[in-house]
Amino acid sequence: MTLIAALVASVALVQGAAAAETAPSCEVSESLLSANIDLTRVASSIKEHHRLDISVVGSASSALTGPDGARFAYPAQLEKALRERLPGNEIRVTAHIQSRQPTADMAASLAGIVKEDQPVLVIWQAGTVDAMRGVEPDDFRNSLDQGLDAIAAGNADVILMNMQYSPRTETMLNVSTYADVMRWVAEQRDILLFDRLAIMHYWSDEGIFDLYAPTNGYAMAHGVHECIGQALASQIISAGHFDADKLQTTR
Amino acid sequence: MVANPMASVSPPQAAGAERDLRLDLFRGVALWLIFLDHIPENIVSWITIRNYGFSDATEIFIFISGYTAAFVYGRTMLQRGFVLASARILRRAWQIYVAHIFLFTIFMAEIAYVAATFDNPLYAEEMKILDFLKQPDITIFQALLLKFKPVNMDVLPLYIVLLLLFPPTLFLLLRRPNVALTASAVLYAAAWKFDFNLPAYPAGVWFFNPFAWQLLFVFGAWCALGGAEKLGGVLRSPIIVTLAIAYLLFAFFITLTWHIESLDRFVPGWLAEWMYPIDKTNLDVLRFAHFLALAAVTVRFIPANWSGLNSPILRPAIRCGQHSLEIFCLGVFLAFAGQFIIAESAGGPLVQTAISVLGILIMVATANLISWYKSIEGRSALSRGKPPDADLAGGEV
Repeated sequence: MTLIAALVASVALVQGAAAAETAPSCEVSESLLSANIDLTRVASSIKEHHRLDISVVGSASSALTGPDGARFAYPAQLEKALRERLPGNEIRVTAHIQSRQPTADMAASLAGIVKEDQPVLVIWQAGTVDAMRGVEPDDFRNSLDQGLDAIAAGNADVILMNMQYSPRTETMLNVSTYADVMRWVAEQRDILLFDRLAIMHYWSDEGIFDLYAPTNGYAMAHGVHECIGQALASQIISAGHFDADKLQTTR
Repeated sequence: MVANPMASVSPPQAAGAERDLRLDLFRGVALWLIFLDHIPENIVSWITIRNYGFSDATEIFIFISGYTAAFVYGRTMLQRGFVLASARILRRAWQIYVAHIFLFTIFMAEIAYVAATFDNPLYAEEMKILDFLKQPDITIFQALLLKFKPVNMDVLPLYIVLLLLFPPTLFLLLRRPNVALTASAVLYAAAWKFDFNLPAYPAGVWFFNPFAWQLLFVFGAWCALGGAEKLGGVLRSPIIVTLAIAYLLFAFFITLTWHIESLDRFVPGWLAEWMYPIDKTNLDVLRFAHFLALAAVTVRFIPANWSGLNSPILRPAIRCGQHSLEIFCLGVFLAFAGQFIIAESAGGPLVQTAISVLGILIMVATANLISWYKSIEGRSALSRGKPPDADLAGGEV
């Protein structure tokens, strides 16, 4: 069952990528997306109500600047990917992005966001601002716990997303400590971690994106966000264990 | 005064002969490993010990630095008194400070270059880390105060603080070594219990908490001043060696689960709960114990008079270990430069390997050059009747 879902997801991922205009190859090594954690609320929302409300909470790396940035950023790309791959379901992704927002601030605002949006899934991107400010890892962990408690209290599933892989700033920005904390918290609480750091690292290693490039154009940024949206969709579909046959009948 | 542990030590000129070459060897190796680990994208860093256990090259470096500091300045303190020894220790701290600021300057040059050339909208958020360039007044001042420290430039400030605290510590170590070691352990425990550390800029605390890491430094010093002999019997006991090997295997397995996720399920929840996170900032007890186990096994299987220590194969590492400050700084610089080249050329494993090998070769060549230069200078200094300083005895700290 899980295997089928994963297969469907990966096939859909490839197809989705092929259909896209810029057509970046969004291939992700399977181990980076596999997880034996279920998104039960997501699954039942799709099965019972044929809809999926997602809130994305994050800092500036969850958005894109420039003309029409929001349309190209991964929250919108995720919405697009899910609509394509879960036809017949109403998909809504709401983004709450605020730059320079450390995890402590996001944690404090999460209860309100969950109450307002009533999402079944919260994607919480954190860590970058904390790494930049050198927040104490212990405080960082407490903030994560606090925010995750708020999400759980709001009856929503959660995916934690870590930082971008940014090779050019590696000597200035030590993200690994914070990535470790996030990995640890996710493991402790048995929740999904979307390992953006490792996934982008993989894309860089495979030559799918040249993340060292000193470009100031938007093409690559759009491509990366599109692929993040696709990969997120794959992870949601795989962890939601959507039965392929039943999805067919909802068409 | 209690029995003088250093009374039988001969004058500094002759010290080279009795110097424990294992210290130089392992410090040299530690310097290489630190260099390899400091290049973020480096396939060769897979060989470094941090991937096979809890502790890494930093522990080795700090322990041996404490050992040699006590070895060299302990002798000075006994022969020439507290004031002169303190003056030499503080001069050393000053040299390290200057070296640190020099490295900071190079770092700033690299950052300024990246800030001027790299403008990818994908990284708009991450590039804000360069905002400090807009406030050079504050940044440079904070760097001079050792509060602003770029990534991978945390070891030297730690070293400076350890040396600043060293004169009184050494004074006590020479008289009541066990009291000094106990005091150090109490300070370590207090740093954990009350969670204190030095402040960093723009926020947070030092990456290496000096109040925790001093334990390793003082323990090294304690070993140098007779502690190693006291421990000798214990370290040779088969039970201790067995325990040490068992712990090293345990740590090896645990680190394996970090790299191979499917192994993770073999780590029971209660163990993970108790064990994680393994805190580098405050020198986690698990890390300290891992270092002790490594040291115990090393001492057991590599005796001080091991003939291999004189073999030409190990000489490059020993040379590097004998000039640790210069080679450490060079290593930090080479890691910067290497990373820069890898980034500019988008270099793969081949480039990374080439840079790693080349970097170590440069470190070795420089160490040899320094040895040669110091031997020339030392001779002329001696001929002028000037007292040789600690560096010349190969007892560089």
